[in-house]
Amino acid sequence: MPMPMPMSATETAPRHVAEPDAAPLVRFEDVDKTYDGEQLVVESLNLDIRRGEFLTLLGPSGSGKTTSLMMLAGFETPTSGEIYVDSRPIKNVPPHRRNIGMVFQNYALFPHMTVAENVGFPLRVRNVGRAETAERVARAMAMIKLEALAQRRPSQLSGGQQQRVALARALVFNPQLVLMDEPLGALDKRLREHMQVEIKRLHQSTGVTVVYVTHDQSEALTMSNRIAVFNDGAIQQVAAPDVLYERPANSFVANFIGDNNTLSGQVEQRRGPHCSVRLGGGELVQALVVNPRANGATSLSIRPERVRLLAMRDDPRGDNRLPGRLTELIYLGDHALALLDVAGTTDFMVRLPAGRQAGLACGQDVAVAFAADDCRALDPV
Amino acid sequence: MSAPLASLKLRLRRVERARQLRHAVLILPLLLFLGFTFLVPIGTMLWHAVDDPDVARVLPRTVAALHGWNGQALPGEATFAALAADLDDAAREQTTSTAAKRLNYDVAGFRSLLMNTARHLEAEPPAAGDAQATLLAIDPRWGDLESWGAIHRASGPLTDFYLLAALDLHRTADGHIAATPAEQAVYVDVLLRTLEIGFIVTALCLLLGFPTAYLLASLPARQANLFMIFVLLPFWTSLLVRICAWIVLLQGNGLVNGLLLWSGLVDAPLRLIFNRTGVYIAMTHVLLPFMILPLYSSMKAISPAYMRAAASLGAPPWRAFVQIYLPQTLPGIGAGSLLVFILCIGYYITPALVGGGGDQMISYFIAFFTNETVNWGMAAALGTVLLTVTTLLAMAYARLVADRQTTGGLK
Repeated sequence: MPMPMPMSATETAPRHVAEPDAAPLVRFEDVDKTYDGEQLVVESLNLDIRRGEFLTLLGPSGSGKTTSLMMLAGFETPTSGEIYVDSRPIKNVPPHRRNIGMVFQNYALFPHMTVAENVGFPLRVRNVGRAETAERVARAMAMIKLEALAQRRPSQLSGGQQQRVALARALVFNPQLVLMDEPLGALDKRLREHMQVEIKRLHQSTGVTVVYVTHDQSEALTMSNRIAVFNDGAIQQVAAPDVLYERPANSFVANFIGDNNTLSGQVEQRRGPHCSVRLGGGELVQALVVNPRANGATSLSIRPERVRLLAMRDDPRGDNRLPGRLTELIYLGDHALALLDVAGTTDFMVRLPAGRQAGLACGQDVAVAFAADDCRALDPV
Repeated sequence: MSAPLASLKLRLRRVERARQLRHAVLILPLLLFLGFTFLVPIGTMLWHAVDDPDVARVLPRTVAALHGWNGQALPGEATFAALAADLDDAAREQTTSTAAKRLNYDVAGFRSLLMNTARHLEAEPPAAGDAQATLLAIDPRWGDLESWGAIHRASGPLTDFYLLAALDLHRTADGHIAATPAEQAVYVDVLLRTLEIGFIVTALCLLLGFPTAYLLASLPARQANLFMIFVLLPFWTSLLVRICAWIVLLQGNGLVNGLLLWSGLVDAPLRLIFNRTGVYIAMTHVLLPFMILPLYSSMKAISPAYMRAAASLGAPPWRAFVQIYLPQTLPGIGAGSLLVFILCIGYYITPALVGGGGDQMISYFIAFFTNETVNWGMAAALGTVLLTVTTLLAMAYARLVADRQTTGGLK
């Protein structure tokens, strides 16, 4: 089962993110949620969200990430457990009194109001004076660089512009927390990448705490301080992006984040942090012990860029070495991807730096080599 | 360079023309249908409201003699002689009653005056130069300016008589427009009553329809479909059946009064039918679906994300409803209200069956003039008034909607 990794020293937090031991801004405590009384959509969720951080809830659809966000926003009620904001339980606080900004998937800009009226709405409902509202709206419009479009209708704006207006509207009343529910899902790839950078910049300049929901792992890796990976209603791992990628805690995380090679086998012998694993075809591989099952069944996780391709006669100098056959070579510009049959697995991926694919041909017998530390023995899939 | 360009334009134009021709052929049946069922009847009605050929056909010489008459003094001997000659011809062709009927609309008793005069003239035609004396001897009303005014006004070929009458106005002999005496004026009252009933029924429909549509729009699809059948069920039953059902329910010893008496809320049966209350109840029931359906479709188009967004931005539920939800339903409210109002002011059968004498609307009078007195001119004039009011309302609505799109609605 999920096994949170210890915090990595490599995690680089922005200046304003609170220290891990400071009181969290949000705390989910044993939160369960079920809609039908039979299946738990969210199961015993425990999660601390630190002041000022950018935390992403990442997972496939139906994994419980959006439900968790909606419980925090107040649009869903936990079946059991409690959510604290600033150490105060908020289960019985209605959404409009939570002071949490929210950006919706389809922006939810009010179509009958101008852009400026949309941005001013949270201030008007808080009875902020007319002059101050105008000034804060102007500042928010300047922040998203859309001053010129303040009197337009949302329908007259492009998708990216609408998205920025939704951001400004969620930030203009200075909430301590902003929730974003797949806010870039409706944009095309190029615009999405541009907006990722823009949202990250807004986060850094305002210092607001952001909880971001997405199913797009590259989006999560780009933007987050920390990522909570959800599957089947439970958090699989909460860690910084590099930790998630380099040191996945289980097979789900290893396969969900980035490209991954999986080899199934049986642990034979443990030596300190390492173990020997017997693969299906009888090959013996040295691996790092993470969480193989007690009976020794395990799936090895090896990242494609950690694998070297060797000629049959080369010696890997102490690393693992497995024979294979090259089945496909895919040229991708900045690198090439070699697909191999290795140890009974098809489509074993090896990432080759640009230019290294020269001289290779499909059908060629080759060997793959990888260090024991780059091969993680996880739970069997 | 320019030669191929020109040929390109030519080819494009040829393709476009072929396409337009194909489209025109496709919509031709629709155009013909619209023309026969819509444009021709309405055009005919508008024409009947101003068409006035009868008197000029029956009394051509009198009409010619009265041409240019100023209505200040009795016309001369020549006009009297022309009338005598016309009546003589008319008696032979048996057309006197056509003119008599038309003139009787204007001046009560004109039918007997004209028929009587024609009969006397047939018996003893006037001597030459003696027409005025003879006619005055037959009936002194030939000495009234108004009698000649009526003929003068009806000389055709067009008249404003019916349209003025539909607004309780008439022309005096000397051509001025004057109000009809209060004891004879009915149509302005009827028009105002029609509009009043229209407004009240529209308001009642909105009051009942809005929560219903809201419920339908927020229910899950399965239940919403079930409730929608209840909304549409009235459409599946004949209008007469529904109205008769209301009569059964609302009459003095009907179900509703029985319930009220039994519960002790009233001591004597309430009068709920054959008066204005009955009209309001039955019309609201009949027209309610026309309010609910546009409201439902406009509410269905409002994403629940808007209300969530409003809540997350700090708006309490009532404020989110008033400032976010309600403005977005305005097109539905407008369309539903306009539909109900326009249908309502044209309603005939419901008020005729469940209303009293003082609850009849303008359509009742149109039906009355068409079916009972066969006064096409008056029926058409009242129809024109109704059409004008409806058109003005539709135009006001269109302008309102256009304004909202440009200025931002509730402001």
